[in-house]
Order: sequence, then structure tokens, then C-alpha cells
Amino acid sequence: MQITMTVNGKEMTREAEPRVLLVHHIREGLGLTGTHWGCDTSNCGTCVVLMDGQPVKACTVLAAMAAGHDIRTVEGLANGATLDPVQQGFMEEHGLQCGFCTPGMMLTARALLDKNPDPDETEIREAISGQICRCTGYATIVRSIRWAAEHPATEEVSV
Amino acid sequence: MQISAPFDYARAESVDDAIALLERHGPEARVLAGGHSLLPMMKLRLARPEWLIDINDLAELDFITEAPDMVRIGAMTRHTTLLESPVMARLFPIVADAERVIADPVVRNRGTIGGSLCQADPAEDLSTVCDVLRAKAVIRGAAGKRVIEISELRRGPYETSVAQNELLTEIRLPVRARSGSAYEKVERRVGDWAVAAAGASVVLAADGRIEDVAIGLTAVGLEGTAHRAEDSLRGQVPSEELFTAAGRLAAEDCNPVEDQRGPVDYKRHLADELTRRVLRRACALAAQRG
Amino acid sequence: MTLVEERESNPAAGDAARPIGFGRLQRKEDPRFVRGKGHYLDDIVLPGMLHGAILRSPVAHARIRSIDTTEALAHPKVLAVITGKDLEGLGLAWAPTLSADVQAVLATDKVRFQGQEVAFVVAEDRYAARDALELIDVDYDLLPVVIDARKALDPDAAVVRDEIEGRTDNHIFDWEAGDAAATEAVFANAEVVVSEEVVYPRVHPAPMETCGAVADYDAVDGKLTLYETTQAPHAHRTLFAIVAGIPEHKIRVISPDIGGGFGNKVGIYPGYILAVVGSIVTGRPVKWVEDRSENLMSTSFARDYIMRGEVAATKDGRILAVRTTVLADHGAFNATAQPTKYPAGFFHMFTGSYDLQAAHCKVTGVYTNKAPGGVAYACSFRVTEAVYLVERMVDILADKLEMDPIQLRIKNLIRPEQFPYANKTGWEYDSGDYEPTMRLAMEIAGYDELRREQAEKRARGELMGIGVAFFTETVGAGPRKHMDIVGLGMNDGAEVRVHPTGKAVVRLSVQSQGQGHETTFAQIVAEEIGIPPEDIEVIHGDTDNTPFGLGTYGSRSTPVSGGAVALASRKVRDKARLIAAAMLETRPEDLEWEKGRWFVKGDPEQGKTMAEIAFATHGTLTLPEGVDGNLDAEVTYDPPNLTFPYGAYICVVDIDPGTGHVKVRRFIAVDDCGTRINPMIIEGQVHGGLTDGVGMALMEIISFDDQGNCLGGSFMDYLIPTAMEVPDWETGFTVTPSPHHPIGAKGIGESATVGSPPAVVNAVVDALQPFGVTHMDMPCTPARVWAAMQGRATPPI
Repeated sequence: MQITMTVNGKEMTREAEPRVLLVHHIREGLGLTGTHWGCDTSNCGTCVVLMDGQPVKACTVLAAMAAGHDIRTVEGLANGATLDPVQQGFMEEHGLQCGFCTPGMMLTARALLDKNPDPDETEIREAISGQICRCTGYATIVRSIRWAAEHPATEEVSV
Repeated sequence: MQISAPFDYARAESVDDAIALLERHGPEARVLAGGHSLLPMMKLRLARPEWLIDINDLAELDFITEAPDMVRIGAMTRHTTLLESPVMARLFPIVADAERVIADPVVRNRGTIGGSLCQADPAEDLSTVCDVLRAKAVIRGAAGKRVIEISELRRGPYETSVAQNELLTEIRLPVRARSGSAYEKVERRVGDWAVAAAGASVVLAADGRIEDVAIGLTAVGLEGTAHRAEDSLRGQVPSEELFTAAGRLAAEDCNPVEDQRGPVDYKRHLADELTRRVLRRACALAAQRG
Repeated sequence: MTLVEERESNPAAGDAARPIGFGRLQRKEDPRFVRGKGHYLDDIVLPGMLHGAILRSPVAHARIRSIDTTEALAHPKVLAVITGKDLEGLGLAWAPTLSADVQAVLATDKVRFQGQEVAFVVAEDRYAARDALELIDVDYDLLPVVIDARKALDPDAAVVRDEIEGRTDNHIFDWEAGDAAATEAVFANAEVVVSEEVVYPRVHPAPMETCGAVADYDAVDGKLTLYETTQAPHAHRTLFAIVAGIPEHKIRVISPDIGGGFGNKVGIYPGYILAVVGSIVTGRPVKWVEDRSENLMSTSFARDYIMRGEVAATKDGRILAVRTTVLADHGAFNATAQPTKYPAGFFHMFTGSYDLQAAHCKVTGVYTNKAPGGVAYACSFRVTEAVYLVERMVDILADKLEMDPIQLRIKNLIRPEQFPYANKTGWEYDSGDYEPTMRLAMEIAGYDELRREQAEKRARGELMGIGVAFFTETVGAGPRKHMDIVGLGMNDGAEVRVHPTGKAVVRLSVQSQGQGHETTFAQIVAEEIGIPPEDIEVIHGDTDNTPFGLGTYGSRSTPVSGGAVALASRKVRDKARLIAAAMLETRPEDLEWEKGRWFVKGDPEQGKTMAEIAFATHGTLTLPEGVDGNLDAEVTYDPPNLTFPYGAYICVVDIDPGTGHVKVRRFIAVDDCGTRINPMIIEGQVHGGLTDGVGMALMEIISFDDQGNCLGGSFMDYLIPTAMEVPDWETGFTVTPSPHHPIGAKGIGESATVGSPPAVVNAVVDALQPFGVTHMDMPCTPARVWAAMQGRATPPI
């Protein structure tokens, strides 16, 4: 079937079987490999992307279900050369090691900050509790997101 | 990554359209709501529907409407919406209690109340919540709609009375004065299914006695609510002794099975412990709302 | 030596955030990762690439009667279906393991664990490959299973490895260290003896990225390019040459960005070999990537040690001797990855951080119908098991003697003047000053105040526990005279090249899986030759472009490759001196070094920067006799000894008495890893390991039912901590450099994974003291804690 969705502000149409998962569609259909996957049971959150601004697990959404919707991936976080404060925060505070869970973590962080620009540690921990990081022990991720909260982008990032 | 067997996909544009699609594609067609129970089972090839009827576009099923005697919840209302709803927080604190511990925040952005109830997993939290709130379910089919008691919805594990060509469209929660409710779950880790959980809803009479009470248990093999425990409370003034006795009765009446989450005696102990805890909180909240 | 301040960094252009050399520095690899531009195995797409999928055994032990692949082969998108029989024809049905055993690549005679590889499908896309698996029909004849290691040596136990001629039982090895007689003599006369069975259950490293490979065999020039999720690309190349018979110069192994390893990506899994076979058979590149269940059910697990520990002591708390007997479950094939001489890895570090009179261990390895593996998950070759045993036993002794667990430890710690310290099982601890590290942890924790709070809470019926662990690790394997893997000495190479404009490239044999090698190694070069880290490119993960070495595991990158890089840099610096002398028309011995520059002693104005020297080296300068025209150097480092990082950990837990639910409230970790290269990266390594420790102590386990069905085969049941289960870590450090390491660094990758599980379990047991609990095994799940409170603490396996 023909599937059309807006990805990082661009309308994209591709052919895909109905059973194709959104994560595979993004990675293999659209070639955006910044979105990763880590399990089969919706537990790890490695595959998180934003769908209409909300974090979703792209391994548990069919590409067909996302047709007509607005998808934002890690490739759509920066505005050209200007990084999103979340990306900057992850570098400043060592919020990543192997980098595999990082895109999903950053997108959840972006959605959280859009909703709540000044989250406390507990709110941040809750927001990322559907996503597993095996490297960092989370404290530096919390600090990274706090860094982003304290250094908001001076201009609205448009994609 | 695991991949489901092939199927066909149709997106419903209205409730009537969804029912027509279900009729047209027959017994191997299934409704796709949030998809967070169905799609993982399909990827494991434990479920192999030939058609998926996607109802995610049905904004008409995504609502929370408050009336004096009843709150109506559309079947496609997402967990996150329920968790963040001020109406729910005010009238049914048990809903936020439960929603806070259902899966994780990202899953809650997609999962729906209707999907959860229709999945009818024995460890599913909202079934217990709806049980103790004495909810009604609205089901639509080609012939029209029917309203059933929530107790008639679940037929057993993973089985409901919603026919293949029908759609659960709405949950109705009766609003009662001087009521309070609470839910508590023990899980091995945040996001895990319950080892055991308990929910209670209490209505106090003007004199402070318990006028009505419902106690539900999750994941410990209790069908319906804990009747003997409820009977022991009705007409009584809330007290620790009363809660202790009710906890014991609830624990006796459940029928847990041993699994990786724990042995039978532990789960029975939790049924007791959690029943006491939720009764305590539900009564306190009911008294507050007085 | 301890408690020194962080080394002053030497900032570039006055910018403190840009140290030349050691100091906190943002990671050079991060810009690509935060943009989603990391390049992981599954991101690789080659022209014409096919996809492989593995059919796995649904049962733990069965004879294969027949395999029918007709229908799968008829699938329009399927190009090949490979079975064990096909591999037998190529001599590839069995592959050597890293422990002198063999492992079935595809089962021929029978399957020996649930999830074992049975057939391999190659198809046009991954969806079709998965579909075709359902079209293969295997007829199994079920056999009795061996699941409980305790019963593996029973006379009537089924024989897992009956294909080995003459084998009639499941015994793999007995291995001993220490002096049994001397230890017995101490125990016989000891005033106090405590004994306990301590189980370290089977767990799994479970990196977020699963394992996979892309094999690209070029039939024309006979060259295999193999992309793999591997922590040890060079070792894999050599092993593939041996296994597959492809000449080693025709194999290029590329390890792209790795999404976490933790020891899971050391071994060669059947899937990697099958991808190669698939590519040879079809003449096209073949990708195989396992799913999460395949990862958890078939790739290298960790631990699975049933340990009987005993401690002999005096009544006033002097620990005299420790001994232990261990039953080690190695699964269906002995595929543990450790130095050849040590079948139980470095388990003989169980003497811990204490000055003992005697020690002895005996480890017995057995086969069972479970997945192979056993050395993984940041374990430092089983120092995890050793430290867990001794730190649990010391707490049991403290309980028996009614002594404070920290006071008991301090009384027995090896004293600074005893280093280098020869322990009773053959190790020589390089350096340490333990007590200040323990006291710093107490100070950060506010230990005395915590004990007061606990007493008050106990009086109210609340359950609060304080757990302590003091650990010593042994990492950086290792000296080639003692340590090899399948005959390859455990050394690592590094090559440093300075380009004409003064920028440098350093090539490594080790492979980052997230540890930040591109930053740390650039900092080591920067520290030695004064070129800023941002001007140094770090190359790793490509065997055609890096020197040989054994790879990254066992915390060996900094101790071994770090040594190689430092020494290669010094060679460059020494050569630069000769060339600078020629430029300045003076003698080399008249020059003095300051970071980045050689200058004339007593005349600092007269000097040459590394960039100037580099250009002259490659320029028209007449070079001194015997000096050739480059500023390059290569070193393969053979460490003289291992390094012995250590630390003191304190964990505070609260337990809900009604449900048994454990909450880790605080965790204080003070680590000493010697010289600190990048404190930010070190802290990150510690945080990650602490989270592993909380995971293992509270929730992680791969268990089996009595039919051998794996009960931890997905992330629904193999639970890993989320941000909600762990606290905001409180860290501190002391610095006691390694005396034998070129820069004094000891390695930090696994310290916290080794040290934290006993701290958490000791805290849980401490909280349960009012119930008379003196020991409970991991994982301390709510149900198991509640059972312990009822006096029914049971082993998990």
C-alpha cells in the first residue's frame, strides 16, 4: 500500500506492506537510520519517535497507522547546524555512551520540555521510565535534560 | 526483530464504517486500537488476524464527558488522557492511581481504555478499576447499541462478550456522592505487569457507615469482585479491624497461580495487604468528599 | 598517594573545557550520536544484500529425526536454506569455542538447549526470511533434560554431550587455586567459622543493540569483508581464518559503532558464521541480526555459579582464611571466554581486599541443557562472582560476630605498606591504600548518621538497610607469558602517526562499545605529545587499518591499549627530539620537553613545536643519521602484570514491610582506578555499572522451568532497571596510580558492576535483620524478599 506521512517536516510517500512496522519504514523505507530498535515487546523504548508531538514506540505502531501523521525523528531535532538544547545537553552532561538509546531518550526529552519547560528530577525520571539505557545509569541523562531546560533555544526551532 | 505474519489493513472513518468493515471481512478481522497488546502478540505470531481494522482515526471515540450522574469515556481515550484528566482526578482517584502504574508513559500515549478492556488480560489494571466503579460498557453493532454491566463484559482470560462484528465504544462510570476509590499495585519493576493489585471503591452513608463498597483484585484469579469481603464491610463504620477482616476474606477468595512474579502464598498475602491499603485510602477519600 | 586532587589540566588556548591531555572533556564521538549519525551494524546496507534468519529449537534437548526444507525453499523470495547436514559437507557444522570445546553452528545430531540454531534461511528481505522459518518442518524426538546443575553429575543424568567419544557424564573440569592443606589447617584451629551457600544466578549482558553480522564474500578475489558487532575484531579475524579456512589476509573484519557490549559481543556466534556461509553460497552480501529473544536465549549469558563459601576468623574479627567450592553451570557447550589457563576465569580473586593467612577454591564445571557462555556482563573474567562471594561472606561474619561491617572490613584490609601484595591464590596486587577510600565513602554517606536513623526506624517497625562492599578487581589481561585466548597472547597494539601539519592519527586494536575510546585515547596521545585531542583522529574497528590486538573486554582497553598508546606516543616524542635537535642545530640531550614543544635547556625561546617538527620531518630537512622521514610509531604492549582497581560502596535501601518491595534510596561509590584520564567518562562508567548491580541484585535473572524452557527470553521477563529504580548516584574517588603502568591508569569499565551487587544485597539483608535473615540470594524481588521475611529464603536456581 502507498503510505504518506510527514517526516521531519517533509511529506514522504513510500510503498509498504501493511505489516511493516513504523520503525522499519523509517529506517529502511525512508533511510533514516538514527531511529534504532532494541526489543520486540514494546519494553525498551529504543525506537521512540514523536508522532504528532508525542513519544511513541515505533516498533508497536504500523507504518500504515502513521499515514497522514506527523513524525519527528532524531534527524529532525537540530535546526540545520544548530543543535536542539536537548542534543547540546546530552553532550554537555555525558548523557550518552554507546548512543543506541540516545535518539529515543532525546525525543522523549524534547516532548517533555515542550509540555513542561522546567521539569524536576522526578518528572524527568518518570518521563523516560519507558526507555532503557544500559550504559549511563540515567543520572547523566537526567542532568542532560535539566541542562536543556536551563538553556532553552533562543529562537523557536522550526523544521 | 520479530515480524508478524502478513495481513490486510483498513482504516475506519467512523464507528459505522468500522462495524461495516468488521462485517465485511468476517471472523479473521480484528479491531486495532492502540495496538500495544495486539501488535506484540502478532509479532510473536501468537495472533494472526487476516485483517486489521484501525480505529485510531475515530475522534468520536476519544472523549471524557461529565454529567451529574455519570462520566462517559470514549473507548479510544488514551491512558495518558485518563491519567491527566482533572475530571477523573476529582471523581475517580482510582483511575489516576491505576494509570500511573500501567505500562510506561510512552505506551500510555498510545494504549486506550477500550483496547485494554477488550484485551481482557488477567493482569490488566483497568478491568479491576471498572469493576469496582461498577461501570457500564456500551457496545455497538450493525443492529444498534447495547449497554451492559462491566461484569458481563469479560468472559474469561482474553475473552469478552464483544462479538467479532461489534465495537466497544464507551465506558460509563456512575458518579456517587461521598465516594472514594483507590488502587495499589505491586510490580517487579516500573512498567511490569502486576504481581498483584487491588482496587476499592467506597460510598459512605451520611452517618459515616459504609453504604456501598466494591473490591477488585488484579492478577490473582478473582473473577468479579470480592463479595464476602464487601459484605463484611457494608453497613459498618470503617475501622482497621474491619479492613483487616476484609483483607483476609479477599485473600481467601482469590485463586492465584505461581509464576515468575511470585508463589501462591505471596500473592494471597498481597491480596490481603493491598485490600487493606486501598480500603483505608478509599474510605479516607470518601470521608473527605463527605 | 590517595585523596589527591584531580590533576591540573593543561588547557588549550586558555580554555579549561579544552584540556590538552587529561581532564574533563566532552566526547569527540558525541556530535554524530546526538544527530542520529552513528553507524551501527543494522544500518549497513550493501548493494544486493540479502537477509538471513535462524530457525531455533523450541525444546531443550531432543534428537533431530529429520528436517524438511522443501516448502521453505519454494518460497519465492528464499535463495537458500542451510541445515547442519549442509554444513557437515563443508566441515563447518561444529566450530571451536574459546574454551577448547566445540559448539554446533547448526544442530546435526540433536539440539541441546532451547533456542539452539537448527537451520538458516537466506531471503530477499527480512520479512520473507522470517516467514520462511515457519515453512521448515523439524521432527524432534524429545530427550530427558539436565537443567539443575546440582543434578548434572548424578549417575542417571542425561548426557548432554554424548557426541564426544567416550563421554558418559556432564563433567567439564575441576580447577583449584590456593593451598587446600594450609587452608584446612587454619580452619581446623579457627575460633569462628561461618559458612553459606551463595548463588550468583544466570544473568545476561543484554546490550540495547543485539548481535549481528553482514558478510560480504567476493568470490573473484576470495576476500571476505565481515561487518560484525564485535568487541574483538582482530581475534575474530584470526578465528575466522582458523574456522572457515579463509586465509587471514583475505579477511577484513569491520566493527562499526557498537550499541553496548558488556561482554556479550566477545564470542563468535553461529549467526556470524552462518552469514558468511550464506554469502559464500549465494554470492551476495548477507545480513543477519538477531531479535531480542534470540539475544537473551542463545548468546553469552553470565555467572550461574553456585558457591559454598566459608570464612575462618578470630573472635575479635581477624579474618584468617576463605575457601569455597563452586558448581559452575556452563550450559551445553563450554564457550566461556577467558585466558586459556583459567577455566574459572579470575575467580581466584575471591580473597578480596583482605590480608589472609590461607585461601583455597575448587571449581567444578558442568554441562546442562542451557545456552552456552558464562563470561560476560562486565564481569572481569568472573571477579564479579569472586567479589560477591567474599563480600557476602564478610557480612555474614560481621553478623555472627555482632560487629559493624565497616569496622570488620577496615580491620582486615590489606595495608598500604604491604603492596605489592601477594595474595594466597597467586595474584600480585599492584598498589592500594584501601582504608582512606573506605573512610571517604563513610564520610559521603554520613555513615554514623545513617546507622542512627536505622535504629530509630527499626524501633518503629520500618525496614531500612545499609549495605557495604569493598572490592578489589584484577583487570587489564594480561602478560602474554600467563595469558592467551586460543593461543593468542593478550596484548594490544597501537600506532601513532603525526601528519606534516601537526595533526595526528592513532590506530587501535581495541574496540569501543560506548566507553568513549575516541576521546580517551586522543587524550592519552595529547598528554604525551601535546597535540590537542581535537587534532587527533582515533581509528578502530577495522582490521585492515589497525594493528593487531585482542580487543575490549575485562576492562582491558586503558590498562593494555592505553599502555600501547602512551608508549607509542613517547616513541614519537623521542624521535621528535632528534629531529628538533637537527632543526635547532644542537644535540638532543641539550633539549628539554614541555607539553607540545622541544626547546633548548636554559633558552626557552629556542624551541620547536610538534607541528614545526612534523613539517620538517616530512620536509626538506636533512635528517640525522638513522632517522627516517616520519613521526610514526607502533607499539604492541605486553603488560608486566594486571592492574588492581578498587573501591568502597555503600547502599541504602528501604523495604516496604507489607509487600517486600525494595527501594534503593542512596548509593555512594568511591572508586580508585589510578590515574584518571577523563573524569567525566570515568563517572559515566561507574554509573552504568552501579545500575547493572542494582539490576542483578533486585530483578535480573535468566531462569528455566524443569523442561528447560527459558523464562527470561524477552524484556517482559528479563527486567533491567529504568530511571525509576535507581537513585542519583553519589560518587567520589581516590587516586593510587598503578606503579607498573606507563600512565598509572588501572581501568574502570567493570568496577561498579563487580562491586555493587554485594552492596545492594548486603543492604537488603541488613534491612531484614529483625526477621533473623542472614543471607538471601539475588534477585531480591518483592516475592523473594517476602519469602525471606517468612524465614524461607531460597536459592533462585
